[in-house]
Amino acid sequence: MDAFLALANGLTIALEPMNLLFALIGVLLGTAVGVLPGIGPALTVALLLPITFQLDPGGSIIMFAGIYYGGMYGGSTTSILINTPGESASMVTALEGNKMAKAGRGGPALATAAIGSFVAGTIATIGLAFLAPYLVDIAIQFGPEDYFALMCVAFVTVSATFGDSPIRGLTSLFIGLMLGLVGIDLLTGQARMTFGVPELLDGVEVTTLAVGLFAIGEALYVASRRHIQQETLEPVRGSLWMTKQDWGRSWKAWIRGALFGFPIGALPAGGAEIPTFLSYSTERRLSKHPEEFGTGAIEGVAGPEAANNAAAAGTLVPLLTLGLPTSATAAMMLAGFQQYGLNPGPLLFAERPDLVWGLIASLFIANGMLLVLNLPLVGLWVRLLAIPQPWLYAGILVFATIGTIAANPSPVELMMLTAFGVLGFIMRRFDYPIAPVVVGLILGPIAESQLRRALSISLGDPMVLLQSPISATLLAIALIALVAPFVLKGLGRFRATED
Amino acid sequence: MSQYRKGLWRSALAAAAVVGFVTTAAAQMELKIMAPAAPGGGWDQTARSMQQALTQAGIAKSVQVTNVPGAGGSIGIAQLVNNAKGDGNQLMVMGYVMVGALLTNNSPVTLDQTTPIARLTAEYEAIVVPANSPIKTAKELAEAVKADPAKVTWAGGSAGGVDHIAAALFAKAAGADPTKINYIPFSGGGEALAAILGGKVTAGISGYGEFESQIKAGKLRLLGLTSPADKATPDKPSLTAEGVNLEIANWRAVVAPPGLTDEEKKALTDAMDRMAKSNEWQSILKAKGWEDSYVSGDAFAKILEQEQARTKEVLTSVGLVKS
Repeated sequence: MDAFLALANGLTIALEPMNLLFALIGVLLGTAVGVLPGIGPALTVALLLPITFQLDPGGSIIMFAGIYYGGMYGGSTTSILINTPGESASMVTALEGNKMAKAGRGGPALATAAIGSFVAGTIATIGLAFLAPYLVDIAIQFGPEDYFALMCVAFVTVSATFGDSPIRGLTSLFIGLMLGLVGIDLLTGQARMTFGVPELLDGVEVTTLAVGLFAIGEALYVASRRHIQQETLEPVRGSLWMTKQDWGRSWKAWIRGALFGFPIGALPAGGAEIPTFLSYSTERRLSKHPEEFGTGAIEGVAGPEAANNAAAAGTLVPLLTLGLPTSATAAMMLAGFQQYGLNPGPLLFAERPDLVWGLIASLFIANGMLLVLNLPLVGLWVRLLAIPQPWLYAGILVFATIGTIAANPSPVELMMLTAFGVLGFIMRRFDYPIAPVVVGLILGPIAESQLRRALSISLGDPMVLLQSPISATLLAIALIALVAPFVLKGLGRFRATED
Repeated sequence: MSQYRKGLWRSALAAAAVVGFVTTAAAQMELKIMAPAAPGGGWDQTARSMQQALTQAGIAKSVQVTNVPGAGGSIGIAQLVNNAKGDGNQLMVMGYVMVGALLTNNSPVTLDQTTPIARLTAEYEAIVVPANSPIKTAKELAEAVKADPAKVTWAGGSAGGVDHIAAALFAKAAGADPTKINYIPFSGGGEALAAILGGKVTAGISGYGEFESQIKAGKLRLLGLTSPADKATPDKPSLTAEGVNLEIANWRAVVAPPGLTDEEKKALTDAMDRMAKSNEWQSILKAKGWEDSYVSGDAFAKILEQEQARTKEVLTSVGLVKS
């Protein structure tokens, strides 16, 4: 029960007025940067580091955590309202969320995202407080072969993001996989498909691709359709708040999302994107209203949003217990710790319990603050959609461009953004789903490098993939998920002929 | 947003500069420091620490930090050489990693085109094994590498980086063929650390700071550092003193654009000399755990030349650079 005592102790630290103020500044800043595509929480923490050098360590680390959580929240708002994911982890939210917003259900979409983030963030923070030391022992047992197997599961399940036609979905996925090959090959250091352009050596930036395909592509598409048919947008249809049915459909998705997000976020190479894919496909399979997917199903917003927030808390597990930063923001927080001569790692819990538990407790508080802050704003945000379309989309183009060049000031980046915008337009025009492109870019390079690492360690023996129990289990899950629909279909046909 | 932030920055800097101006009337320089990497990494932290020390010590009136990320600094150096020629107020942070990156990326711009100013800090590479590994000493690891280099798997940072080069030099020092080493690059130190802790690889190689807390917690065994023998201490043994002749340091330095006059070069070098001696810089080094390895002027230019030659040789020998 030491953890309870320590947590109570942490709460008293986090509730000090100065620390509350830091948490508030953090969540406000985080929400603001989460809304802007391209400017993520990592950049914000980097810019604040020299300023916070003067402050006391507890306060500034609490503020950084607030920025991290706030960023995860803010990213979903633009995803839902204007189909522009502020971060790659909120891309899946755009799939259903934006459809809901266009159907006048932006209010409930934003509300389920905010409450879902709160619920999942709280579950994950409890997990962080009580399970961190055990979870981390399991997490480091994950070897390259196990990550590869996890990617296989992700690849199989992303077919849920394909829309109606698997062929079109696969085409999109392969465009993404191809883009993932661009840049320096991680394992040999050789450049691939860079055509002598030095800016391409680091590969294609995920946010540039997502913003180009989603935001710019959408703006171009809307502009091209104006002569043919005017799409009428109703900012609000029905209640602004979630109905009883919305609650009923959301709460299970929140919990399932948290259960995907937290453990995968805690893996040293897990990340926040994969749990959102897994959550989306699970909700789609389990939903009682599968026909609504693709036209605005609330579970498709609730699950992934819960998953990405839980994953954010999950990344703090390896950071605090091992000193392993597993996301860009966590890396910045590590730099923040080191600035004060603190080394996160196995000794931090013992050496500075006040700091660790203060941070964990402040996560609860940041979560609560975000909910209080965001729910009343839902009504205001939804009004964004009442802006006349030409103005709204001009604004989106400006924001998307500013965000991209702020993150990476280079003409090549702008050209890529434009090219991806045009690609997004063409894909929309011919009815190809765009999400699998981004999925391919994220998963492809991870799957490739983990497989090659696994084979390199095993001296080229492919059996390593089946010898590891984690990997074997995950591969079996992937196989079942892949084959089961066909088998069931076949059985159905078999029965039909028998009858 | 970024404009707004820049504005904030400028006013903060202006305030700092005013304070600086009061302390020394000689503060006239308006410096620009480019970190050829994204915010948060080592080069960025070095640039921002320099900004802090230079303004607080009153050596410069203002210091503006810019980030030009990409390809291990290849993008940044191209901008420095092509767009900042003859600008006596511009500096760029760089390090040993850039020497290798420019070679493996086949960069059209080389470090010979810049004006070397000073080396600031250094960090030694550490070789570790999991605490339950049968390998106890550096000598034993060297014997294992000599017996069959492919069976010893190394986890470290990106291909062609300082970790990779150090692993190749270790094999060479052990009397094995460096082209045969089984080096597994991970993105960032964190992932590599997880693989070492999980016992997925034989040994890990990276900057000492990456492993420090795990070594102290007894989860990793430190076999040695790539430091000179005379720097060895009981808890930081030197590989050379342990009988494996390997010295390499991951240093960070500043260079200026080409085409500077001798006065401009001297002004920048003087500013760095004063910064290196300042209390502000010394306290930053202590807080960040960076080792002071200050060398300026021609002595640094010579080091830079030697490091380029040695790195090219190693990278060619492991097949990353074609001769």
